[in-house]
Amino acid sequence: MSYDRAITVFSPDGHLFQVEYAQEAVKKGSTVVGVRGKTTVVVGVEKKSVAKLQDDRTVRKICVLDDNVFMAFAGLTADARIVINRARVECQSHRLTVEDPVTVEYITRFICNLKQRYTQSNGRRPFGISSLIAGFDFDGTPHLYQTDPSGTYHAWKANAIGRSAKTVREFLEKNYKEEHVQSDEGAIKLAIKALLEVVQSGGKNIELAVMRQNEPMKILDPEEIERHVLALEKEKEETEKKKKP
Amino acid sequence: MALADILHGDSIHFQRPHGLSFSSGQNDIGFRSEFGDGNNFALKASLGGGCDDGVEKKIEFLHGTTTLAFKFQHGVIVAVDSRATAGAYIASQTVKKVIEINPYLLGTMAGGAADCSFWERLLAKQCRVYELRNKERISVAAASKLLANMVYQYKGMGLSMGTMVCGWDKTGPGLYYVDSEGNRVCGDLFAVGSGSMYAYGTLDSGLRQDLTVDEACELARRAIYQATYRDAYSGGQVNLYHVHSEGWTRVSQDDVLKLHQHYAENNA
Repeated sequence: MSYDRAITVFSPDGHLFQVEYAQEAVKKGSTVVGVRGKTTVVVGVEKKSVAKLQDDRTVRKICVLDDNVFMAFAGLTADARIVINRARVECQSHRLTVEDPVTVEYITRFICNLKQRYTQSNGRRPFGISSLIAGFDFDGTPHLYQTDPSGTYHAWKANAIGRSAKTVREFLEKNYKEEHVQSDEGAIKLAIKALLEVVQSGGKNIELAVMRQNEPMKILDPEEIERHVLALEKEKEETEKKKKP
Repeated sequence: MALADILHGDSIHFQRPHGLSFSSGQNDIGFRSEFGDGNNFALKASLGGGCDDGVEKKIEFLHGTTTLAFKFQHGVIVAVDSRATAGAYIASQTVKKVIEINPYLLGTMAGGAADCSFWERLLAKQCRVYELRNKERISVAAASKLLANMVYQYKGMGLSMGTMVCGWDKTGPGLYYVDSEGNRVCGDLFAVGSGSMYAYGTLDSGLRQDLTVDEACELARRAIYQATYRDAYSGGQVNLYHVHSEGWTRVSQDDVLKLHQHYAENNA
């Protein structure tokens, strides 16, 4: 009805329609997967196919917020840019006043407070992004948080957002095992496997970022990703062979 | 409030300065003063300018004092005297110059009593809010930074405060000296006030990192006593605190005159 006009208005059955529409916008964004391992956090994104003349290095969905925290988003890229800028400034501001790097929970809370403010003021629309925020706290514990346009956040062991997020999440629920993600390789493999469920044409369209304890974030080279993909395909073939009598 | 009375302005409004919209979220008071905190104490523009009977109002301050604090292997020892003077008149011999910010942070008082206790109580509120928001205790570095940033906004407006923020956080014992000029320094040993030189003398000759708790307490007590002996503006009692990993404990309160007899007997 007319309840989706100004978003400061609740509908009679308790919905904030603009926020829900924002969540729809997120569902159209390309898939992002995050896995929290024991000493590594891995985030993988589906790379949208790039036009021939376009320089694909400028299309980065995974952004560093500080030495110990990074995030990837699904949804409106322009909105994400604003949020990321504010988050980066806040990370430094926190370092200045508290003389310590942010904890992943703190910066997630900051981003969510920012998003919530835009669901409760006049004439503004919510941010159309969900994000996966990953990193390590000062004491070395890894964290993975998911945020959405309404400003809520939760911690996850592994999660997916964007297109086909539901499929990927179901895959993760079936295949996430604590022992598998103890090693870096295990976490990376799980993330790639999950993404391959929904990404067509394999390794070329996957971009993966890895952050190990006490190390800055690293984006994997396409060759490395290809290597993992090939290894996974081989594993799959072998399990198929074993199934056949 | 004391400051407002002196400056003859209307009372300070505890709200965001004009021109800053609520939804911008950017706040320069230091640590994330959230919307609705009511923690922005920026003065309204009219306060400074409208004053025409000269800014040099004489305010009686507690510069006459001796406070000290030092780190050692078992934490931080804080010792203070308890005399307040107004010129040559001893106003009180029983002033509490250690402010208990929270169960694991202490602040000392030198300079204006109102300035010290007001800002440190405000610091206590900020520390508690930090604890609730972040589910962990605030570090001594962050607490002293908050205090320093709060008073820096009033630099040049007549605040007088020289305080030591002492505590124990996850990086161990912490000791910072913060004053109203905007100084904030980390250190292992500080003495503040008119009797500080005498205290430094005693401390520098006796301080070792491997002191036991009792030895450190006795050293601090002796240092304050020596300062009160020579400095006219320090005296009263020696209040001694020990900050350790579980928080702070009030160790002792000794009258300076009794200490004098005690030391005299030991020498004899």
